[in-house]
Amino acid sequence: MRFVARVEVQLRPGIADPEGATIERALPALGFDEVHGVRAGRSFRFEVEADTEAAARTRAEELAHRLLANPVIEESHLELVAATSEVR
Amino acid sequence: MAARVGVVVFPGTNCEHDVAGALGRLGGRAELVWHADSSIDGLDAVVIPGGFAHGDYLRPGALARFSPVMEAVALFAAAGGPVVGICNGFQVLTEAGLLPGALQKNRRLRFLCTTVPLRVTSSRSVLTGLVPVGTELSMPINHFLGSYVCDDVTLAELRDEDRIVLRYEENLNGSVDDIAGISNRAGNVVGLMPHPERASSELLGSTDGVVLLQSLLAAAAAPRAA
Repeated sequence: MRFVARVEVQLRPGIADPEGATIERALPALGFDEVHGVRAGRSFRFEVEADTEAAARTRAEELAHRLLANPVIEESHLELVAATSEVR
Repeated sequence: MAARVGVVVFPGTNCEHDVAGALGRLGGRAELVWHADSSIDGLDAVVIPGGFAHGDYLRPGALARFSPVMEAVALFAAAGGPVVGICNGFQVLTEAGLLPGALQKNRRLRFLCTTVPLRVTSSRSVLTGLVPVGTELSMPINHFLGSYVCDDVTLAELRDEDRIVLRYEENLNGSVDDIAGISNRAGNVVGLMPHPERASSELLGSTDGVVLLQSLLAAAAAPRAA
C-alpha cells in the first residue's frame, strides 16, 4: 500500500523566528492588526510504500526526524493518509 | 614534511581554492577531496570550506551530512584528527552531529557580508593553539544563517569545558553568547562562521586569519596517538 505523508516542520517554541517576526511586523500595514503569533515553517509531502499504516508511520517519522527537521531547533508533526493503490 | 590537509568539496562548495591557496602559502600541502570519496587516508587534517553544499537545500549541511566523505571525516575526528569547518562547513559539522547546536537565520533576517572584530576566547582548539586568549582578530563574515543557537545545558557545557573558541566583539547575527566559533570536547573539531582564508594576505586587507591557519597546520603536523 502507498501512504501519503505530510510533515510540518516548525521551530521549537522559544527559538527565535526572524522570518515569522518580519511577517508579523508587516501585517499592520496590510490591515491585519488583529493577527499575532506568526511562526514560519515548512511543509513536505511524500509517499511511503508499506504493508500497514503503522509501518508507514514509523518510516515517515524516521525520515522527519533524521532529515526533514533539525531536532536541535525544530519539531515536526506528521499526518498520514492512505493513498489509492494505483498511484504510480 | 608538509602537513597534508584535505579540503572537502561538495557540489556547491565555493571557498575550496581560497582555503587551499592560503594553506599552501603557509607551507601546508592542501588537496581537494570530493564529497563522494569514502576514504581520506593519509591526511593530517580536514577543512570543510564555505559555500552552499548541495545547494543548501532543506537546510545548510542537512544533505551534506549524508555524503560518503562525512563518514570518513567522523572517524577521523573520533581518532583525534584536526577537523575545521568554516562558515558552511560549520553548518555541515553541526548537522553531522560533530559539533553541538545549530545555525539559524541571522537576527532581523540580515544577510551579512562585512568584516567584524573577534576575540579568541580559548587556545585549547586546533585552530587557536598558537593564539593567546584575548587576542583580537578582524575577519570577514559572509552568511545568512550564522546565528548560533543551542539549549542552555549545551551552552553551560561549552562554557565550562572551555569550548567557545571565538566570540564576536560586535554581534551582528544574534548568536547566543556572541559565539562565532566552538570546538568539540577534545578541541580537535572546530567550527566558525568567519573566514580566516579571506584574511590571509595583505592583498585581501587583513592577515589576521593567518595565526588560525598556522595553528591548524601545527596541529596537523603534531604526532597523534591513533
